[in-house]
Amino acid sequence: MATHRRSGINRRAVIKGATATAIGVIAAPMTSRAQAKAIKIGMPTILSGRVAQLGTSSRNAVMLEVDKVNAAGGLAGRSIEMVIRDSKGQPQEAARVARELVNSDGCEILIDAEASSGAFAVHEVARDLKMLCLHTNSETSALTADPKQRIPNAFRVCRQGIHDSIVGGAYAAKVANAKKLTKWMTCSPDYAYGRDTTAQFVEYLKHFKPDVEVMSEAWPKLFQPDYTEVLTKILQTKPQALYSCLWGGDLTSFIEQGNIYALFTQIETFAVNMADYTALTVVKNLPKGIHSGNRYIKTFPKTPQNATWADAYRAKYNEYPTNWAWQNATAVNFLAAAAKKANTNDGVKLAEALRGLTIDSPFGSDGKLTVRAEDQTLIGYAIGWGTTIPTEPYVPDVTAGDWKQIIELEAAWKKKNNYL
Amino acid sequence: MDLASLVSCFGSPACVITQVTSGLIIGMLLFLVAAGLTLIFGVLKVINFTHGAFYMLGAYFALTIFKLTGSYVITLFGAAFGTALVGLVFERLFISRVYGRNMLMQLLVCYGFILIFDDVVKIVWGAEFRSMGMPTIFQVPPIFIAGGVVPPFYLFLVGVTIVIGVVLWLVIERTRFGKVVRALAYNPTMVSVLGINTGILYGLVFALGGLLAGFAGALAAPVRSLTPGMGFSILIESFIVTVIGGMGSIVGAFVGSLLIGLIRTFGSVGFPLFTDGLMYLFMVVVLISKPTGLFGKEIA
Repeated sequence: MATHRRSGINRRAVIKGATATAIGVIAAPMTSRAQAKAIKIGMPTILSGRVAQLGTSSRNAVMLEVDKVNAAGGLAGRSIEMVIRDSKGQPQEAARVARELVNSDGCEILIDAEASSGAFAVHEVARDLKMLCLHTNSETSALTADPKQRIPNAFRVCRQGIHDSIVGGAYAAKVANAKKLTKWMTCSPDYAYGRDTTAQFVEYLKHFKPDVEVMSEAWPKLFQPDYTEVLTKILQTKPQALYSCLWGGDLTSFIEQGNIYALFTQIETFAVNMADYTALTVVKNLPKGIHSGNRYIKTFPKTPQNATWADAYRAKYNEYPTNWAWQNATAVNFLAAAAKKANTNDGVKLAEALRGLTIDSPFGSDGKLTVRAEDQTLIGYAIGWGTTIPTEPYVPDVTAGDWKQIIELEAAWKKKNNYL
Repeated sequence: MDLASLVSCFGSPACVITQVTSGLIIGMLLFLVAAGLTLIFGVLKVINFTHGAFYMLGAYFALTIFKLTGSYVITLFGAAFGTALVGLVFERLFISRVYGRNMLMQLLVCYGFILIFDDVVKIVWGAEFRSMGMPTIFQVPPIFIAGGVVPPFYLFLVGVTIVIGVVLWLVIERTRFGKVVRALAYNPTMVSVLGINTGILYGLVFALGGLLAGFAGALAAPVRSLTPGMGFSILIESFIVTVIGGMGSIVGAFVGSLLIGLIRTFGSVGFPLFTDGLMYLFMVVVLISKPTGLFGKEIA
């Protein structure tokens, strides 16, 4: 019996062993195939409506970089497959799309290419699903500065409002001191971005030049077609300098209409969003001497790498890149660098690798970009102000912001807002 | 509220001249759009919600024609007649099928075509905003009158619009065509009994409304960003104008446009955060005191 039993056990063991071997033989290639399966990255962005041009440029820039990463072997051996969906610029739709990308499409990473309102919605989805998420277009500082918002799996890979305000304030104060500009007026779109950005700019302008007086404010509606009443109000107020964070079509309308009142020859104008090709190439009569922060221009940083990247983008898509374009390209570059550093494509490990990661980049102020570990946000990017000329390169010389100063004042700002 | 600035503005000739001319500029462009809207309503009894889309088409036609010809005169007429043609075809193919039907049906058709026209613009000209640029002849410094600033292009815009307004009034009030159109508004059956093809007349009136909107779009194109959906905001303001002036009254549209223009410009000085609110407030006051609008009886 015992022998028989032993004999039976042996036969079963043989069968089990053979089965296991067979499964192993069959499964082995499946496992290696699974490892080589493309990694899906979901990307909600704005592909319709008035901001569609920026969303399209985000998609273009991502695809430009993904092609390079895939050609170099992908993310730790897995090629990237982008799944890009239109949120129509609506926060609730952005959240729905983000959730769908993860739950239905099987995306393992999110590149959130939404404007601020949508970004906060996608941020909550990332928090809920614990999915690695790179915010690429939201400039609202609180998204990463506010500890209540912070989650270990979400990063900001784009510029932010507080940095722009510090650099803008410092630059404007320097010009104001040189030209004795003390009487200012502001004209910005009447919604959260316009009001917050203007308040921060004025705060830092006064920080660097305390004798500045803001004589009046104008708050045209978002997408307002006619600025006649605003322009005449500015002319009546007679400020020495004007600050505006109008953008896109609103800014170009304002410039074209301001031109016929000869506004820009009478008043020193600071338009933070002017130096982006979306506005520079559309305005037919771009005035000389408008001060602007850089959004994206191929001449800043003035390096061959930056110019080459802009030319490659233009060659592929027949238009110049935008501010959203460089930011989204940067997100892919960081993912590739993190995967290389940690030799993984696992979201949690990639997040660990991203914290404090520095990469070489055409968009860095010194050729490098860093994701600061403490608040998981981008620093070291090219940021500065310059003045316009009517033809290419539109903003030939840009005065770079001082990152040491930015970081010092940003820390003070965080302390003031109880973020530290 | 900044009443001190408003009082100070009324005490300064420079401020008054600048604000009045600005009011005229805003008002005249509104008048062109509102006149077409009110004409179509007065005769066809259709609230044409696609009228803003015709303004948009006029602006985009202007963009293309100006790029091709470089002549602003050809641009103005080309855009206006191009839009009129679209209006004629649109009326014959679609709007003519909803005359006398439930207003909801008319609204549904118009709203559907707003979306279609917006998408057509996206397909033909792209989704991004565009700019036509100022014609060279108007790239000159503004004129200063008693310290007030008046850009030459806006003088041209106001002048042309006043001429169009006068011609339109003469055509409607003093010509046989105008008499027939007015008769059509009162009693279309009687007009057709007299052997006049009312279908063609309806089409022509709709085309005339389109022509005015297209002309307005071409006049706005040098100074406003062109983008799909740009007709919506002017449509809302035009409705306010027609409600204030009286639905169906061209004179009412003229007066209403001027009043809205002046409310906007002086309101921006005295009530900078309530300029839009002032417009609606004025409309409410008019509706309460005279529900048919200021000149509403003319079409009754």
